[in-house]
Parts: sequence; C-alpha cells; structure tokens
Amino acid sequence: MQNKYLKTLTNGIFSENPVFRLVLGMCPSLAVTTAVDNAFWMGVMVIFVLTFSNMFISMLRNLIPDKIRIPSFIVIIATLVTVVDLVMAAYMPAMHTTLGIFIPLIVVNCIILARAESFAYKNGVLASTLDGFGMGVGYMLAVLILAAIRELLGNGSFFGINLLGAGFPAAKVMVQAPGAFITLGVILGIIKLMSDRKKAE
Amino acid sequence: MQQEKLVIQSAPHIHSSMTTQKIMFYVISALVPAAAAGVFYFGLRALMHLLISILLAVLTEAVVQKLMHQPITIRDGSAILTGLLIGMNLPVAAPLWIGGVGSVFAIALVKQAFGGLGHNFMNPALAARAMMLASWPSFMTNWTTPFDGLATATPLAILKAGIPNTTALPTYWDMFIGNIGGCIGETSALALLLGGVFLIYKEVIDYRIPLAYIGTVYIFGSIFGADGLNSGLFYLLAGGMMLGSIFMATDYVSSPATARGRWIYGIGCGLITMLIRLWGSYPEGVSFSILLMNIAAPLIERFTIPKKFGEVSKKNAK
Repeated sequence: MQNKYLKTLTNGIFSENPVFRLVLGMCPSLAVTTAVDNAFWMGVMVIFVLTFSNMFISMLRNLIPDKIRIPSFIVIIATLVTVVDLVMAAYMPAMHTTLGIFIPLIVVNCIILARAESFAYKNGVLASTLDGFGMGVGYMLAVLILAAIRELLGNGSFFGINLLGAGFPAAKVMVQAPGAFITLGVILGIIKLMSDRKKAE
Repeated sequence: MQQEKLVIQSAPHIHSSMTTQKIMFYVISALVPAAAAGVFYFGLRALMHLLISILLAVLTEAVVQKLMHQPITIRDGSAILTGLLIGMNLPVAAPLWIGGVGSVFAIALVKQAFGGLGHNFMNPALAARAMMLASWPSFMTNWTTPFDGLATATPLAILKAGIPNTTALPTYWDMFIGNIGGCIGETSALALLLGGVFLIYKEVIDYRIPLAYIGTVYIFGSIFGADGLNSGLFYLLAGGMMLGSIFMATDYVSSPATARGRWIYGIGCGLITMLIRLWGSYPEGVSFSILLMNIAAPLIERFTIPKKFGEVSKKNAK
C-alpha cells in the first residue's frame, strides 16, 4: 500500500515527467525558461495549483456530472490560479510583471487539465493529491533544467549570479525563442536515446 | 566462348559515374577561387577561420557518428564543404572560435540530429550562420576593409543607413572583384561566378535555381531600389548574393528536385531576399531567404510533381 502511493508520487517526476515524457504544457515551459529565477517561481505556482486542483477535483468527483466535467475542472483550476496570481501581485510584484501573461495562462496548462481528467477524476483524494504534487515537482525540475542550460549559455549566469565571468561571449540565441526549442529538442533526443538503449539491453 | 561474354544483371543498367564524393570535390574546388580571394583580401586570419571551421566540422561528424554507432562518413567530403561554407560566411575580424562553434552546431544539430547527409531539412551552413548572427550580432557584423583591416560597413549596410550616405558606396568594379567589406568568401563576385560556371558546366548544379534567384533580385532591385544607382546590378554584387545563389541555394538536400519547383524556389529566394533588404530590419537577407525556402521545398515539390508518361488528368478522364 505504502509502495503504491510512493509510485504515484514519483511517477510524475521521472517515468511520466510532464515536460520531458508527456510533452504537455509546452508553451509556458518554453516561454518562462529564459532564467532560472523565472522557472523556479513558475514551478512553485504550478505545484500549488496542480496539487490542490487534483485534491479538490478528487473530493468532488462523485458530485461533478460527467457531461460538464471539463467546465467544472476549469472553474476549480481558475479559482486556484486567481489565488496565486493575486498572491504574486501582492508579494512579488517584480516577478509578477516578468512572468506576466503566463500566470493566468496556467489555467489552460494542459498538464493540469490532463491530470484532472485522467487521474483525479478516477482516484481517491490521497492518491490524487500525491499525483498532483509529484507531477508539479516533475514540471518544476524540468523547467529548472531547461532554464539552467539556457541561462548559463545565453547569459553566462545561474539564478542571476554571473558564473562564467564578464568575458564569456554568451550565445544570445539561447535566451531567445529558438534557444528554447533547441534545448528542449536536444534533451528530448538524449532521453529518447537513453531509453531506447536501455530497452535494447 | 560467346556464352561467357553475356552478363546477366537486373536493372538499373545505366550508371552515372557521379558519386557523392565526386560532387563534393567539384563543389569544394569551385569554392577555392572565392576562398583564395578572401584570403588574398583579408589576410592569413581568413585562412585560419576557414581551417578551424573545416576541422571542427569534420571532427564533429566523426565524433557524432562514432557515438551513434554509425559508419563514419567523413571521407565523402560533405562535412568539409559545410565547414568551408561556414568559414566563408564569417567576417574576418570575428573571434577565431566562432566558426568552430558554428560548425559543431551545423553538423551535430542541423545535420546529424536529423539523420545525416540527405536528411537535413535545411542547409547546415546557413542554419549555423543564422544561429551565429542571432547569438553574437556584434561579432558577426564587425566588418573591416580588405588589406588594412579598418572598420567599415558593407555596401548593403551603407545603403540601409540612408540615401545621403550613398556617396560612400564602393564602385561596381570593386564590388565585382571583391575589394569591399564583407564575409571572407562572399565579397568577390568574380571568383564566385567562375566557380558557378564551372559547376553548371560540369552539371553538378542546375542553372535554374541561380538563374531564377539572380534574375528575380535584378528585376526587383531595378524597380524598387534606391534612385540614382543602377540598383539591379548593385543588389547582385552586394552581400552574400553570389555565394548564396550559386552555392547555398543549390544544396541538393534542401532544394526541390523538380524542374518547375526549382524555378519557383529560386524566385521565392529572390523575393524574400529583396523584401528583407529593402524593408526588413537586417541589411542582408540572403541566408534567411534561403532558409525559409528550404523549409518550403517539400511543399513546392508536392505541387510540381511532373506528369507520369501516359497519365491523364482527372478533368480530362471523363
């Protein structure tokens, strides 16, 4: 029993990582990963929304009519997103401005709706909460990896701290849109290659 | 005795003596005059740029193929060609490592990640150039004059800066022989044309793409170019026009295979080049136009498939 919950929790981090394995919620993942700082706070917000949306949807799953389940999910998710949006605006106005439109857009993030539909609507409250948290952590790890690579190569820094010295000729393309696709493509390729080789063994 | 001379074989019976290796050798030798002109105008540092780019391109190809457990094909010369083109696309004053980074990017990400020679959806050398231009715009537009290496602007940049500056433009003769600021391998139209004529004569490249490209740019430039210039000719001699239309747009893999498709492709390259040059924010548009048309090439091919012998169109079938 214990083991089953642990598996639900780690599922989202490794074997079904939302960004690297399910390839869901790409738009914000690519847009906010220009700096580790942005990615970190985006990750925190997604963990919060995903954990609680899974929890509430699981609690209400026997009350939500099947035919209008998607609008019902969206109401719950949008409420939670409004909460983080207002909290960010109040306590971290600078980060709120930087992330801009991508905070309200968490409402339509595919990962959150996907977990509501495919997991929380069918499973118990504890399992759903753990799944939401695990998926959120998986998302955060993925955007942190993307952001660390892009910020280091594109700006020579990590979390805003300059690591490579002022003389480092940063490749600007890495913090622009093409850099997001290149980084994601290379990481997806490496993961695919490694899992293929593992399977072949 | 007669029986032994009879050789029984399955089709195809007609072979071409053209191999990948031979084609690459022809293209590389056609580029030699332009590369030599670049070294002549910009000095030994230009040669260093070319060598570093070629070396890194070949090395990357070997390393990636080794890691992917594939046969190592550096002997076919395609990596040498990509490296050479990248080197020729650099301003001589750029830092020496830049072509190396470009070569690694071109071979590892644009070529090998998509399956190697014959599978890259865009020209690796041009994709690397676009990456370098986006990453290090100050290094990639650091133009210097031939011989003495003083800071200067390319003819296109002078024109972009405004009509009053057009008196600072070099003469057409200087632009034709390559005595102007620009990338190592793009300035000498004369040397590039020599290579182009050689390749068309050897039937390595199809005349359609360069002709459509050059013709479009000439006509478009004549109509819309700045007043007081023979602008059609100016737009042909300036920037990477010759290098792009003869050596980059004609890349087998990323250009259409059909005859009609090649006309469309060449005209498209010319139109986008001139749109960028005249109304875009960059002074030069050759590399971006070819990259965009590279992406459109499969679509162009689909709409220009020639009719099969004996095929009846659906309209006439009734």
